[in-house]
Amino acid sequence: MALLNDTSTQFSPWTDRSATPLIRFDGVTKRFGDFTAIDNLNLDIYPQEFFALLGPSGCGKTTMMRMLAGFETATEGEIWLNGAQIGDVPPNKRPVNMMFQSYALFPHLKVWDNIAFGLRRQGLPKNQIGPRVEEMLRLTRLEKFASRRPDQISGGQRQRVALARALAKAPKLLLLDEPLAALDKKLRQDTQFELMDIQERTGTTFVIVTHDQEEAMTVASRIAVMDHGKLVQVDTPDRIYEAPLSTYVADFIGDVNLVEGTVTAIDGESCTVAFAEGQPALNVISETRVEMGQRVFLALRPEKVCVGATAEKNTQNALTGTVTDIAYTGNVSTFHVTLASGHVIKAQASNGRRLSRRTINWNDRIVLSWTDTAGVLLKK
Amino acid sequence: MNKRRAILIFIPFAWLLIFFAVPLFMAFKISLSHSVTAIPPYAPTFGLSEGWAGFKDALSRLTLDNYRFLISDSLYLKAYLSSVGVALKATILTLLVGYPMAYGMARATPQTRMVLLFLVILPFWTSFLVRIYSWIGILSNEGMLNQLFMFLGLTDGPIKMLNTPFAIYIGIIYAYLPFMVLPLYATLEKMDLSLNEAAMDLGCSRPKAFWLVTVPLSLPGIVAGCFLVFIPAIGEFVIPTLLGGSSKLMIGKVLFEEFFSNRDWPLAAAVAVVLLLLLVVPIVLFQRSQEFEQNKELQR
Repeated sequence: MALLNDTSTQFSPWTDRSATPLIRFDGVTKRFGDFTAIDNLNLDIYPQEFFALLGPSGCGKTTMMRMLAGFETATEGEIWLNGAQIGDVPPNKRPVNMMFQSYALFPHLKVWDNIAFGLRRQGLPKNQIGPRVEEMLRLTRLEKFASRRPDQISGGQRQRVALARALAKAPKLLLLDEPLAALDKKLRQDTQFELMDIQERTGTTFVIVTHDQEEAMTVASRIAVMDHGKLVQVDTPDRIYEAPLSTYVADFIGDVNLVEGTVTAIDGESCTVAFAEGQPALNVISETRVEMGQRVFLALRPEKVCVGATAEKNTQNALTGTVTDIAYTGNVSTFHVTLASGHVIKAQASNGRRLSRRTINWNDRIVLSWTDTAGVLLKK
Repeated sequence: MNKRRAILIFIPFAWLLIFFAVPLFMAFKISLSHSVTAIPPYAPTFGLSEGWAGFKDALSRLTLDNYRFLISDSLYLKAYLSSVGVALKATILTLLVGYPMAYGMARATPQTRMVLLFLVILPFWTSFLVRIYSWIGILSNEGMLNQLFMFLGLTDGPIKMLNTPFAIYIGIIYAYLPFMVLPLYATLEKMDLSLNEAAMDLGCSRPKAFWLVTVPLSLPGIVAGCFLVFIPAIGEFVIPTLLGGSSKLMIGKVLFEEFFSNRDWPLAAAVAVVLLLLLVVPIVLFQRSQEFEQNKELQR
């Protein structure tokens, strides 16, 4: 995950103040009757980004995409594309193409003609359409299927035709509406990498709508987590995962332990949080500014909690509890550990040993331990 | 299993045989007879009273004279041609009126859709004849339409509409509109709206998207609707008689006159058989070509 972050030439135009965004949402609100789908939203998306809009169904992510494509107009606010307002520009006049969730391939046209459709409308001369279509067929490895009709190819191939058709006109911006939802898991994972590869090779800005957090984490350079028409957090995948700004984001992305407690001591960035009587206070080092006596949540990822007969070395927190549940998923096991106070803490360990040699079992008394930097403090 | 299937197929097959094939065969046989003043008004008749020899004798007296007569008298050819012409034009006009209706219905909200569907079917609840008669009241010189025009000062005197080809077209379009709208609606309603959005996204204006996506995809509905209008319109008798008067020669009217006025059953039967062939042959050819296309695609 976060493949873009381990290179020396880091791609992060959003940190560069001089960079000009390709897309700008400026105070955009969209209402359908009484229902507010998008609520006063501001967002910049930069050229060559792979940007993911992530959220539960009904959060407004599809509406945002449809506004970019031109199928919906904003009730209030302005949308800018490449330095020009696009509010009144009809879909067929925008340098934007969309890959539909249903793929929306024309059933009466062959694969070749589906891909050529946009080029023909553009009025491109015939001798330029052919090579461009061939190029797209090569890019999506569809050469063999050019003369088939959409109902004569598989779901994965249809998905690639939809992508090729949307990319054929070399749009400034490609919108992908749940592009992989119809594929099975294995194919989806392969296709995710294919998408990233194609995005990199074409240098097109991609905006993807998805409700699958793993998909967003894999492909995106930045993720916008949405809820009820508002952006909850816009950040890189690792920041979204490691440094969520709210319990909503922490809970939506991956698995998390949320422990509610009160701040009892503060020393610079480190503080202690008491969460239950008879349990030791927790030591946390967090960027979040908190005050004495404030109610806070400690968000702690299960894989950052160690389980064992004794506390791990160099950990600043240790709690004792009983194993009440073990979820075995092959590569990892998740232990549900119930504390004396009734709190259930999830801890994840990779299965370095075969299952028959596992040392921890149901009803064992074990110690949970983690470092003071493992979790983050959240105010809401 | 096979036995059950055979029984299952036998029932509709027997139905078709008794109520469709047998009468058709009888009409064909009558078309090979000649007219006589008797009951029934044609000869020869087949009976078992004279045994095998009588049957053979009757068979030998069947002739193709009626068909020869159809060819020799240009009246019939003219009637066929003008019927096909009227039916063709009326079908195209019905398509032009029906397509927007079906399109509007398919794009309406589900509740409105039901109401509109009901309205399309509603005319069937009253007699066809009554509905055509009421058009006389609308189109005649003293009719509602002329009175309205004169009231609005659009014309000084009445415009002659009844007993003109115009009235025939109005009648056919009115009467057969549901047969056009319903199959069109069925195909348009199924259509994925994101296809139109995709076409617009790829650079089509709204009309262009309609022409390049909606129309080709609704082709099965267009073909079905056109057949459902064209076929009965060719043989239409009531509408040209009541609304068209003597303004247009149509084969349905010729058939009626041969049968009831001239009491020439054999010639009327010959007219009907030729009409049937005129309709069936193109349809069979059309279906063959479609099957051929499909097979060709499957083989690829």
